Amino acid sequence: MSTHTNSEISFPAEHSGGTKRIWKIFWVLSFLTLIELALGYFLYAKHPDLSHTSILATKIVIGVLTLLKAYYIVSVFMHLGDEVRNMIMTIVVPLALFVWFIIAFLWDGDSWKNLRNTNAGSKPDTHEQQVVPAAKEPGQKD
Amino acid sequence: MSTTAIPAGTKWWNGGRSPFNSSYGKVMMWYFLMSDAFTFGAFLISYGTIRFSVNNWADPNHVFNSFPFAGHANLPLAFVSLMTFILIFSSVTMVLAVHEGHNMNRKGVEKYMLLTIIGGIAFLSCQAWEWTHLLTGEHVALLSNGTLDAIPTTVKANPWGHDLANAEMLAALQKTPHDQLVKIAASLHHGAEAATHTNYEALSNADLVNQISASGLHATHSGPIAFGGYFFGITGFHGFHVFSGVVINCIMYIKTKIGHFEQRGHYEMIEKAGLYWHFVDLVWVFVFLCFYLI
Repeated sequence: MSTHTNSEISFPAEHSGGTKRIWKIFWVLSFLTLIELALGYFLYAKHPDLSHTSILATKIVIGVLTLLKAYYIVSVFMHLGDEVRNMIMTIVVPLALFVWFIIAFLWDGDSWKNLRNTNAGSKPDTHEQQVVPAAKEPGQKD
Repeated sequence: MSTTAIPAGTKWWNGGRSPFNSSYGKVMMWYFLMSDAFTFGAFLISYGTIRFSVNNWADPNHVFNSFPFAGHANLPLAFVSLMTFILIFSSVTMVLAVHEGHNMNRKGVEKYMLLTIIGGIAFLSCQAWEWTHLLTGEHVALLSNGTLDAIPTTVKANPWGHDLANAEMLAALQKTPHDQLVKIAASLHHGAEAATHTNYEALSNADLVNQISASGLHATHSGPIAFGGYFFGITGFHGFHVFSGVVINCIMYIKTKIGHFEQRGHYEMIEKAGLYWHFVDLVWVFVFLCFYLI
């Protein structure tokens, strides 16, 4: 114990030598951000021509790229990847609750919208038909 | 990957050593950040629920399409990309500061901490500009009382609804009181001097309506009020994290400068501040996704 300045740390964490990996991750993050921006711009530019499914699919791809960015930041920049497995698990496992949070709440929001548009099921949902022509009005500026 | 030398058969939980091979402070910083992640997650999921529940949520490419000194140019995604890259870059300088700390290189830590602080301040400045732009930039929208008015984006007003048909707009103009007509007419010619504003005041309602309808006014319905509350609430909460991160980084910079960590024999405090700073970047990645990209 006397050899350690901080007796709590049994094995001082050892991080990989050079700064090469840091810069590599910087370029990875920048690249992922650029792809996200390109997809975001694609959504903006092609919005009137896209089907609901392809808009949703593009948004899901952007979401997956975001999760990938989050993984690189947490694992490399925050060095969580270099920690003891037990510690990683105490942090990552509780966060898995988000999977259900997101599904349940977005589902709820969507159901809320359907109830509102159909007056709780008593009339057909005419909302989609009303919106589409309005969005294509000629001569409008962004 | 690092190859931390942990002897096989180590009994982590027998006492006398940290079972997580990490200091108390660092482990607790991780748990604080995990709880903070739940706070941000709850905010963002609540925002998503409300956004899913309405038909006329604002299109982000419409709302966030301006850039400082670019006037009225339509530049969706441009400014927020700049903010994102500023934050990613300051994350890199932070991790480089931690790296220099491992090598016990005081000058290196000072240099990279300073760059990180500058990145944080640059980000906050961008956010201040964006907020100002939204809170002061007025757009003509149909209010719930059937009149038109030039309104900014605040927690109580949202001019970013669907486009208003021309006939509806003309009908609403007839009902709009004098002071609102003056405001709309002035907003159509902004950049002109205040002198023209008084001219509008002297005009009759009918003249104002004629001027406004002849100018090719582009009006919208009001959008859901929740937009401003969520946008300013969540980006504000994130911005406050950035601000406190900058304050913490400044303290770390001063402590490095006066040699506290060198005396202590390690730069672990820089690592803990770094964890917080990376978390701020991490949250921005999700705010960027939820508010600007999709």
